[in-house]
Formats: sequence, C-alpha cells, structure tokens
Amino acid sequence: MSKIEHNDSIIGRKYADLPGQGAEKGAITLPGERAREPEAGEESILLTTLETAMGWVRGNSLWPMPFGTACCAIEMMSMLASHYDIARFGAEVVRFSPRQADLMIVAGTIVDKMGPVLKKIYDQMPEPKYVLAMGACATSGGFYRAYHVMQGIDEIVPVDIWVPGCPPTPDGLLYGILKLKEKIERGEIRR
Amino acid sequence: MSTPTRFSSMPYTGPAPTNRSPYIPKGVDAIDKRGEEIEAKIAAPYVTSVPGQDLPTFIVEREKIVEVLRKLKEDTELRFELPVDLFGVDYPRRPEGRFDVVYQLYSFKNNERVRLVVHTDEDKAVPSSLPVFQGFDWFEREAWDMYGIKFDGHYNLRRILTHEMFQGHALRKDYDPAQRWLLTEKDVAKIVPVVEHHPEDSDFEQVTLNLGPSHPATHGTLRIVVTLDGERIIGADTEIGYLHRCFEKMSETHTYQQVIPFTDRLNYCSAIINNVGYCMAVEKLLGIEAPPRAQYIRLVLSEFMRIADHLVCIATNVLDMGALTNFWYLFQPREEIYQLVEACCGARLLPTYTRVGGLSVDAPANFLDMAKTLVKKLPKHIDDAEKLLLRNRIFLQRVEGVGAITRESAINHGYTGPCLRATGVAYDVRKAHPYMGYETYDFDIPVAEGGDTLARTLVRLEEMRQSLRILRQAIDRGLPAGPVIVDDPYVALPPKEKVYNEMESLIYHFKLIMHGIQPPVGETYFQVEGGNGELGFHLVSDGSKNPYRVRVRPPCFAVYQAFRKMIVGQTIADAIATLGSLNIIAGELDR
Repeated sequence: MSKIEHNDSIIGRKYADLPGQGAEKGAITLPGERAREPEAGEESILLTTLETAMGWVRGNSLWPMPFGTACCAIEMMSMLASHYDIARFGAEVVRFSPRQADLMIVAGTIVDKMGPVLKKIYDQMPEPKYVLAMGACATSGGFYRAYHVMQGIDEIVPVDIWVPGCPPTPDGLLYGILKLKEKIERGEIRR
Repeated sequence: MSTPTRFSSMPYTGPAPTNRSPYIPKGVDAIDKRGEEIEAKIAAPYVTSVPGQDLPTFIVEREKIVEVLRKLKEDTELRFELPVDLFGVDYPRRPEGRFDVVYQLYSFKNNERVRLVVHTDEDKAVPSSLPVFQGFDWFEREAWDMYGIKFDGHYNLRRILTHEMFQGHALRKDYDPAQRWLLTEKDVAKIVPVVEHHPEDSDFEQVTLNLGPSHPATHGTLRIVVTLDGERIIGADTEIGYLHRCFEKMSETHTYQQVIPFTDRLNYCSAIINNVGYCMAVEKLLGIEAPPRAQYIRLVLSEFMRIADHLVCIATNVLDMGALTNFWYLFQPREEIYQLVEACCGARLLPTYTRVGGLSVDAPANFLDMAKTLVKKLPKHIDDAEKLLLRNRIFLQRVEGVGAITRESAINHGYTGPCLRATGVAYDVRKAHPYMGYETYDFDIPVAEGGDTLARTLVRLEEMRQSLRILRQAIDRGLPAGPVIVDDPYVALPPKEKVYNEMESLIYHFKLIMHGIQPPVGETYFQVEGGNGELGFHLVSDGSKNPYRVRVRPPCFAVYQAFRKMIVGQTIADAIATLGSLNIIAGELDR
C-alpha cells in the first residue's frame, strides 16, 4: 500500500487505506483530506472544507453543453456515443440549453460571425462554469490564419482546458475532461 | 527572369516552371469539335468559343448571358438543365475587365457539360441569372461577397458567407488573407423572413422565431428564422457563414500539397472523398495518373467513407427527431470503419491520406482482411437500422411527405447526390463520368420517388448497400501490386533513404519542398461523387507553386438554398426532420 504524497493530485487520491478498505468502518477519505488514522469517535464523521466537498461533487457530475461547429463536433459525438462512452465519467447529461449546463465544450472552428453567439451562450450559463476548447481551431485558430477565423476562443471567453489535436481523438477529449475534473476538484476556477 | 502568364499582365516572378509540357486536356479535339457544334446551335455573335479547354468553353458578352443561359437550357437538343456552378476569378489589371464570372451547366440528356465565361469589372453589373436558374441564387451572392461582382436584378444581393461588418471582398487578389474585422452583438443584422401569404382567417398572430445557429437540431452552425402562424411556417429565411473558414483564400496562400489537409475539412464526415477529388483534379492538370494500387485503395476507402457519411446522416437525422437508439446503433459501425482508416494512415476522422499522384503511405499488410471483416459486419448494422426505422410508425409518420421537393425544382436548384436521386433522377457522377475505374464495377443507382424525407432516407440506406456491393467486388479482385505513388520527381517526394544517399534525390526533395508542385498554366474541373452529391474542384494554375484559384463546388450549398422554400407550409418539427435528411455539412456549406 503506497501513500501518494502530492497534495494537489486528485486522480491519485490521498487514501490512508486502499479505496473501499475503510468503508465498513465508515471512513470516507475525500480528495484533499490529509491521510491520517481516524481518532476514536470520528469514524462516522466526515470532516472537510465546503469547497473541497463541492468540488468533489461538481467534478463528478459535469453537465456539458456541446458548442459543436465543425469536424471536432463529430469526434465529440463519438465520445458521447457507445464506443467511448463519456457516461463512465459522469458527464453524459448533454444539455443543449446553456441554462442547464456548467461545461461548455467548444468543438470546432469559431469564426468571427459566430463570436457574438458564443459570447452570448457563455454569458447565459450559470455559475460555476467551465470552458473546454477542443482542437486546434478553438485553441488558436488552427491552420486557418484567415480573414474570418477567430484566432482562439480565449479572445472572447476564458478557457479552462485546451485539448490539442486536429481533431483530438475521442480519447484525447476524454483525457481533457478528466483533467478538468481534477482542476474542479482542486477548486481552481479561471475567470 | 520573368515569364508573363496567360492570365494577366502581371509578370510571373516565381521560380522557373518545371520542364512540363503545357496543359492539354485529354480528348481536346473532340471537346473543341463539340464546342463548335454548340456554338453553331446558339448561333449568336456574342458567343466566342475558347479552344483547348477540358470542357466546351465560351466567352459570352456580359449583357447577353441570361439569353445564352436560357437558350442552352431550353434548346431541345442541348437541355443544359442543371446549374452546376457559378464563381468569380480575379485577374487584377487585366485590360478586358478585372473579373471572370464562370458558369457551368450540365445536361442530363447528353451527359455533357458546358462552361461560360463572362468578363466584367467592379463597376459593371452582370445580369442576374435567377429568372433562368434558381440554383444560382446563393452562388451569385457568394460572388458578390467574395469579389464584389454586382448582379443586376438579384432580389437579395447581400453578404452570405462573411459577417455584416466585413469590409472589402476577401477573395480579391489585393485582399490581405489575415485581415479580420470585428463583429459585436449589436451589429448582428436582424433577419425578417418574407411572408408571401398570410391566411386572413387565422386565429393566431404572426410570430417570428429564431432557430440557431446554436441549436441542437441545426447541427451547430445553421441559422433559420421562421415566421409562424400558430405552429405552421408561413415564411422562412436561412443565414449561413457561421463556419466560413476561408478555404478558397487559404488554398491560394498554400502550395498544392498543403491544400490537401484543407480539403479534409470540407465534408468532414467523408474526408477521403474530398482528398481524392482534389488530388485527382491536380493530377488531371498535371496529366498524370495515380498507380493502380493507389487508385484501388482510394476507391475502397471512398466507398467506406460514403457508408460512414450516410450512417452519420441517418443517425443524426433521427436523433433530431428524438430517436436515440439509432444513434447508438449507427455510430458503432462507423467506429469500425475509422479503425480501418486509422490502420492505413494513423488518423481517424481527417486522414489527409492521399497525395497528388498517389497515397502518402502504403496500406498495411492486413488491409484486405480488415476490409473483408468490415464488409461482412456492416450489412447487419444497416439491416438493424433499417428495421428500427422503417418498422417504426412514429418515424414513418414524421417523414412521409415531409419536406418534399419536385423533380423540376430540385434540378433547377442545382441538386445532386442522394437529394436529387430521391426525386427520381438517376444521376451519379460515378456512372455519368466514371473515375478510378468505377465503370468496371457492377452497381446500381438507387432512386426513390417523391423527393420527401422518407425518400432521402431510403436512398441513403440503399446506397450503403450498393457501396458494399462495390466493396465486395473490389475485395474479390484483390489489391494490385506496385507502388502507391507516381514515379515523378516533380510530383512525388523521393524515398527517404535515397534522399540521404543520392545527390539527385536530395535536390528533387529540396526542390519539391521549397518550390512545390508546379502544374502547367491552365484551368481544369474535376468532379467526384461525394457523400452529398457532386463535389467538384475547379483549379486555375498560373504555373507557380500556389494555386491561382481553387474553387470547390459544394453540393450542400446548392441543396440548402432551397430549404427555406421547402419548409413553408409545414410545422417546425417537420422543418427539423427535413433539415437532418438533407445532410447539410457546415464545413462544406460555408467552406
């Protein structure tokens, strides 16, 4: 049984015990909680900060709003479909209404004509909200250094995670979402 | 040293052209002869034929273009009924007028094409061809948007691809490719659809509703504005350009090889077909042909991609209608097709697999086995999907008679591909102008009657089976031996080990990387059957390493312009079902 020392890593959870081992004792170790032996009377009590608990919950139930415009949207659909199956990570409740979503996946090229639309939709999302820029075009305009293409969506909205690729593979996008989950669990919000 | 080109008085200052012979199209004598026949039939002094082109080409006087188009369309022996393409080309400082407006028409009767060229200038308006061909509506708007060519009598000549605050005309040669213009929300124009007929005795007031561009059923980038009387649509308008990625301008700033990745991103559901279309157009200009092995792999992957394209279309169409099960069922075989593509070149969706003159790398050793397994697996998936759809009463009720278009209207709007075949016209580029040896394969063109959403779905389902039929025959023939790229140092990179060991190969490699492929001066058009219809590439070469003009003839563009007429009189739910069945791919629509 190895202890993971990094204080900021969530994927490697800071368990005193192996996952599930202390469950019958009522000990649940939350990410961010320092690993230690439970004291007497403490076994069924959970102590953490509110931010950590909220981050843990939020990170495990992302509601994405797919802002798919181009090729990347097809790969995003692949990620949502049965083969790659984002449901395994709790982010399968795709909402097309920004009012019901907390993660905007910007999949595809954003051109200047689309800019105001993207901004409006971002503004409509309730807090806390996160933005994932999928692919080279959303990140930097990609190889379209052109008169009608926005050179990266961070011109108008703050971005939490950039996923490289043209298009990123569905695995790549999954990895991006898991990385975002880590960030959320750490309580980092970029705005 | 500078060589003046045929195109302009601007001298060509690039590197010296290669030692290629000038561009002489195949069968040029027969084409010229046919051109003279057509010219004799029009019998007008304002039409001059241009010899030595790959299609019968005529220069027409500006004021007379509508008359000539009408004659070509209505002549009982010619019957050029299908408006294929209209676009501009810019030759700054040319004495006879700065712009060319190029028209292309197709005749189902004689299976032939004709190209008309009109010289015009910034201040000289071309008469609009809308009275003859409805299908040139958006094409004229695009020529206005991109070049500032005015069309006299067009009912709605405003920008189509770029946004409202855009200044200048982007495809002009003197426009900086990276010059952007800011659009903020307050500048976005309001669209009010024209209501032609509002029933007097209606109980409802008129409501104007905006759908998209961010709407689950408009696939991200289409904007539809409808005026409603209750739930019935009485007026509709569409706005596009939300994915205008400047493909044509980008092509002019890159070399011939570098354009290939851009073509991937046109119709990204069937990217290899675009690669093949573009590469074959350049090959036609160069007068070369890919080796049989490359042609074979291109054909096999094209047919698989066509299946994938139709799968995505049907899956998302029924997804918009609320049928989620089909989506899961149909995306699985698509994944397996992508595994084959990935095995060939390492990329899934946008492979950029072809090169001018062949392929980038050879297919893996187990290519045929993988293809064979896939061909065995696919029919079951297609049958399952068909059962889920055609035995589903809700689906049938939602698609039967919905979004219908008549045969005449479809042809007049420039429809091609499954949408045209759903109106009963058996036109398929693979049969009409066979390429890559499609003439040696035994397959049928599925057609349906009615032109409605159900007909389009049925055509797509059957087309997947026909593609499988082609694939089975191809697999039986086996993979031809030999190289996958032409043996031409001016086109294909020499093998790496030779570059490291031989002086000539090193020089060729250097030349090709630094100076690119330099096709002879000339222009050509090549068409393939894409997932949505005829996908054509019109190339203009001035002999330098960058294309002077790459025009892509997008099938979606022609198909989608009739959409606003198709949905009037129907409900919003019908409009959504119709939109999905047209399979509008934004990358290709907006380019």
